[in-house]
Formats: sequence, structure tokens, C-alpha cells
Amino acid sequence: MQNPYEMLGVKRDASADDIRRAYRKLAKTHHPDLNPGNAAAEAKFKQVGAAYQLLSDPEKRARFDRGEIDAEGHEAAPHPGYRDYAQTSAGQRYRASGAPPGGASGGWDPEDIEAMFGSMFNKTGRGRAQGPERGPDEHYSLATSFLNAINGATTRLTLPDGRVLDVKIPHATEDGTVLRLRGKGGAGRNGGPPGDALIAVRVTPHAYFTRDGQDIRLDLPVTLSEAVLGGPVEVPTPGGAVRMRVPPHADNGTVLRLRGRGVPAHGKTAAGDLYATLRITIGKPDAALEAFLRTWQPEHPNNPRQAMEAGA
Amino acid sequence: MITVDLVIREVRGLTRDDLERWIANQWVRPDHDDSGYVFCDIDLARVRLIHDLTTDLQVNDEALPVVLSLLDQLYDLHRRMRDLGEAINRTAPPEMRATLIACLTNTNQP
Repeated sequence: MQNPYEMLGVKRDASADDIRRAYRKLAKTHHPDLNPGNAAAEAKFKQVGAAYQLLSDPEKRARFDRGEIDAEGHEAAPHPGYRDYAQTSAGQRYRASGAPPGGASGGWDPEDIEAMFGSMFNKTGRGRAQGPERGPDEHYSLATSFLNAINGATTRLTLPDGRVLDVKIPHATEDGTVLRLRGKGGAGRNGGPPGDALIAVRVTPHAYFTRDGQDIRLDLPVTLSEAVLGGPVEVPTPGGAVRMRVPPHADNGTVLRLRGRGVPAHGKTAAGDLYATLRITIGKPDAALEAFLRTWQPEHPNNPRQAMEAGA
Repeated sequence: MITVDLVIREVRGLTRDDLERWIANQWVRPDHDDSGYVFCDIDLARVRLIHDLTTDLQVNDEALPVVLSLLDQLYDLHRRMRDLGEAINRTAPPEMRATLIACLTNTNQP
């Protein structure tokens, strides 16, 4: 039987009123008493009635929507789950390791046996390939300073077996980057090539620089007079100190940008910027500043905690 | 024969776009003939599985290949274990089977 929604010509989210209206309209059109001798109309009238019976009962309608019952109100047969197929040889179709073997139903090759039961079969000398075999990749981790990761550096890594690797860390390297040193992993067998060394780089935090994508941020301490009057200050950057002018009337928290002084350009990525957030630092006040503040009458007194007090 | 249209009718809430994307991504791998895709029973079951994962379990398109790959590996192992069990059953003498069972059920003891 047809979908009851289509039968009544209503949408799946139609209201109970919409469904009743649609039913009444169709019922009038196809009523057998109004279509004497018209078998098609009578059949249609019955179908419309059945569809309305299902959709007008909220519980039945919900069960139909969930697929628990079919359009005739019969319990829908549960579908066999994916597991029922995947655990049988039909599951070969979705083997994890690429294409299914040429028609064979789940044949094992020596590598399968080796992979699963290496410990069992190695001792008897079966399954092991006799030809040259590439050495295994070896994994190491290497801590490097923030500045070495930004500017690039070569670091010496001593392996557990005493070998020494000179690892070139490219500039702009991010925390977690894995460097591959070809041919520096485990030795090959029977004349096979050695594997690679895979080195995960961990960047240690810097005392005052933080990386934000391609940009670098730092808090820059300034004196009261540098903030109020403006003036030149030296700003440390990963590439060395740079002179910058603080504009007059700067405040604590003012952010100044040094274009192109962030993470250097690498590959197709342009150089980032350096953002310095001003932090007014008073230090130990002297007698003149104290004396000035005692007599100072601000022209426009302001309360920096106003927003907090209003919100409290 | 199970066609795309039939799959869409069978799986409530499935859209043609979703199904075509899943096929393009090789998450479902139906056969192909002159008239279009032809699905096996396991393909249809896999469409239902992916549909449940993406709707009820809210697995997104980035995570889905990871989930499917892990499931495929798990079922590979299931089939291998079943093969192994059958091979032992067919070939091992009864005493050896008894020894094996004893060994596996006593792994916690020295």
C-alpha cells in the first residue's frame, strides 16, 4: 500500500487539522454513494480511509514515522543489521585492507598469519618472507625552544642505541609537527633498505611570546609616562628587538601591531604579525609622583570599576 | 536487484545526495552495470549503518571514515577468528582442542 501521506496528499509534518481536511475532501470526491458503480473510486475511498485511520491516531502515526509499522499498520520486520553480514564471508566486500582477494572467500596469505599470530608461527619458521625487507620506522620525540621552532635550528638527538641524529628543525615549525628523516630508522633485513625516523617536535613555551597561528603575541611593559605621553620603546621580537613608537594617550591593554614581525614566511604562507599588549608598570613611585597625585584634581574623574559595579 | 531508487525508498530519511556522496567517498561500494548502481544485501545494510551513524549518533563526514575503517578492521578480525576456529575444529585432534580450551580459560593463572 502507498505511503499514507502521499495517499492524502499532505506533507509529513502536516497538522491533525490539515490531515482531517485533506481526508474529508478526498472522501467526498471518492465516496461510493456519489460514484455508483465506479469500482476505482470505491477502492480509492477505502485506501484514503485506511490512510486517515493511521495518520489520525497520533500513536500510530508516530510509530509509522519511526518505521516501526508499515502503511497497513503491520509491524515492520526488523532489518538484518550490518553485523549479520559483516561477520560472514559477505563481509569480505569491505575488507579493511583494500580490494577483496580475487574471488577467494577469505583466503589467508602468509602476511595475514604473520600479522595475527606472529608469536605463534615465527618460532616454527613459517610465514616469514625470505626476501629483502625494509626496516621499521622508528618514532622519537624532540623538545625544542619556542625561538628555535620559530627561527629554525639544528638539534642533536641521541637515540637509545647510542646513534646520533642531527635534526634540522625548519623555521615556523608548529608544536606537534612530525619530521621524517629518510633512511634513519631501523635497519633492513636481508639487504632491504632501512626505515625512516619519525620525530615529533614538541615546542616548549616561551617566557613572554605566545604563538597564535602565524601571529605572535606578547605583553609589553611600559612606564606611566610612556603610556600617557607616548614615545619610542624597544620591543623584543623572535627576530631581534625592534623600535616602535607608542602613541600618546595609550592605555593599559592597548594592542599595537608590528606588521611582518610574527612567524616568518614559510612555503606559501606569508609572515605573521606581532601584537604587543601594553601593560602599564608603575614600579616604585618616587616622592614627586606621590606629591603630584596628592594635589592632582582630574578634569574628568572616571571610575574604572563602573561596569563591574553596575553589573553587581 | 537493489537499485539506488530502492535504497532511497528503503532507508527512511536518506537523500539521494547523501547516498551519492557516500558512494563517491567509497564508504559504500555497490556494483555497477549499464543501468547504474546495483547493491548487494550487505551494501544496503551498510547504507543503513552509515545513516544511523550520521543521524542518530551524529558522526560527521570527517569522523565517519575513521569509524568505518575501525569497524572494517574489527569485522576482518571477527572473520579471521571464525576461520581460525573452524580450521582448529576441522584439523585438531580432540585432546589438542581440550588442551587449547584449558589454556585459554586459565590465562590468569601461572
